[in-house]
Amino acid sequence: MKFLSDKALERLRDGPETPDLAGTRYRLLERLARGGMGVVYAAEDGKLQRRVALKVLDVPGTDGDLANRLIREARVLAALEHPGIVPVHDVGTLADGRVFYTMKFVEGNRLDKYIETVASFPDRLRIFLRICDAVRFAHARGVLHRDLKPANIMVGPFGEVLVMDWGLAKILRGEVSSGALEADPEATVFGKPKPANIAVDATEISVVTGHGTVMGTPGYMSPEQARGDVEHLDARSDIYALGALLRFLLTGHPEIAPVPGGRRLDKSLAAICAKSTAAAPAERYPSVQELALDVSRYLDGLAVGAHRESALEKAGRFYRRYRFFILLIAAYLVMRVAILLFMHR
Amino acid sequence: MSEEDLQHGGDRFPLTRRSVIEAARSIDAEERERALEALCAAYWKPVYKYVRWRWNRPADVAQDLTQGFFMELLERELLEKFDAKKSRLRTYLRVCVDSFVSNEDKAGRRQKRGGNVLHVALDFAGAEEELSATVMDPALIPSPESLEGFFEKEWVRSLFALAVEDLREMCVAHERERTFHLFEAYDLEDSEKTSYQQLSKEYGISVTDVTNALAWARREFRRIALERLRELCGSEEEFQREARAAFGWDAK
Repeated sequence: MKFLSDKALERLRDGPETPDLAGTRYRLLERLARGGMGVVYAAEDGKLQRRVALKVLDVPGTDGDLANRLIREARVLAALEHPGIVPVHDVGTLADGRVFYTMKFVEGNRLDKYIETVASFPDRLRIFLRICDAVRFAHARGVLHRDLKPANIMVGPFGEVLVMDWGLAKILRGEVSSGALEADPEATVFGKPKPANIAVDATEISVVTGHGTVMGTPGYMSPEQARGDVEHLDARSDIYALGALLRFLLTGHPEIAPVPGGRRLDKSLAAICAKSTAAAPAERYPSVQELALDVSRYLDGLAVGAHRESALEKAGRFYRRYRFFILLIAAYLVMRVAILLFMHR
Repeated sequence: MSEEDLQHGGDRFPLTRRSVIEAARSIDAEERERALEALCAAYWKPVYKYVRWRWNRPADVAQDLTQGFFMELLERELLEKFDAKKSRLRTYLRVCVDSFVSNEDKAGRRQKRGGNVLHVALDFAGAEEELSATVMDPALIPSPESLEGFFEKEWVRSLFALAVEDLREMCVAHERERTFHLFEAYDLEDSEKTSYQQLSKEYGISVTDVTNALAWARREFRRIALERLRELCGSEEEFQREARAAFGWDAK
């Protein structure tokens, strides 16, 4: 019987699904998560001596739908350079034929875990605004995320908010940094001849996300996305998901639910959520900017576009916004009245 | 067999075995003997190396003690006393070895045992060579964790070696020797890894064929190793724990 050395033991231990990193600059550290397309590992970049996240497909091959989607995801990420979007470092094919890409290793918590430690609504709204910022940037570059949900948002140790997992992204106008999308991955393809037709364009994307294909997460998926009406998806589909995210941040649920602690959700915030998640796209905010503006206005104590206030609500908001001055003036007036009364005794 | 069959692990080796713990409690003497053989095949090397390392016994004494231990396992029906709810079989056996060697010392017994009781060929010379190739830190010897770790590592080595042998037999039986040679050259050799391209040139096949053959061999190896492991566990829970110990992550 053959003696198995410690090295051989390690390789056999790794098993068939562990990526073969031979010939690359990376060394596997631990498995972080499994997604629909593959597995994300923590790895060490031997050249730069830093930790990276390595996302790799389950199956070998560079010409399948999944491989195309992973490569496209990496290129979309590369084209979206924004502090709120996880940066990609490298893309290629491993010796075992599996497509991978590496990205920044994000230390922190998923949004759903993170908000357990954030009690105040204003702080949660500020996190939401940072998510909007990243999505707005992607929309400006012609990219829809299509799978916005708490599990795909990471909050770093310094409060940085990163939108992750662009595997379901749809390119609307083919404007996403064409240079990046057509880039030759040969420079980082290891142990494998150059894959043919690896570049992905908008036509291929429409195949990947063809009509009738339902992709997304229930609760955060717009009705049109849930119907598989991929051809008619636009920014308002992500706005629906952002509305569900906002509701999740405020109530703990993406759909209408009571606020924890029995409190009532402020009518303005409820109206923003309702407008974002309207069944008809035409009734939603036309852009993420409009949605973010309404949330900012709420934070500043101003009237929001999504809700028509009654006179009483207007007065209440006015009071909340200028409470200090109102109380100061009231105290001054009370003092004056008291002095006048004292003088006329 | 088509490439697709290979990809999906078709034509699998019939390996489903009964747990040795159940078999050891069988009323059928033959089944009990088979259980002991299966156990002995997987554990004799870890036991031998453990006796050499932990108890610092010379090779000839360790050989006698190893054979004696498995005979005692049979005679005193120690497997029947094993309770999977209380411990792992591996830990139980290690404790039994400690107890056995200690008792042998106290009684001052040392008898030359016949090799015909066990039907498994025990290649002690090979085990000695392996032991001399194993890097051990003498400073760690007194630590109980290191003893457990050493025994676990040798147990995994033994389990994997058996699975590799099964895989080789399976490849030969199905005329897939080339697949096994590729697996051997890429995954089992101690030297720096050769590349897939080198193998494709050497065997005159495409890189994709090398990739597919290796992927298939690794999948089959894992399946065979898990089948063997299941046989050596007393419960599903123990199997899951041991699979995690052997493969690092959850073995599904």
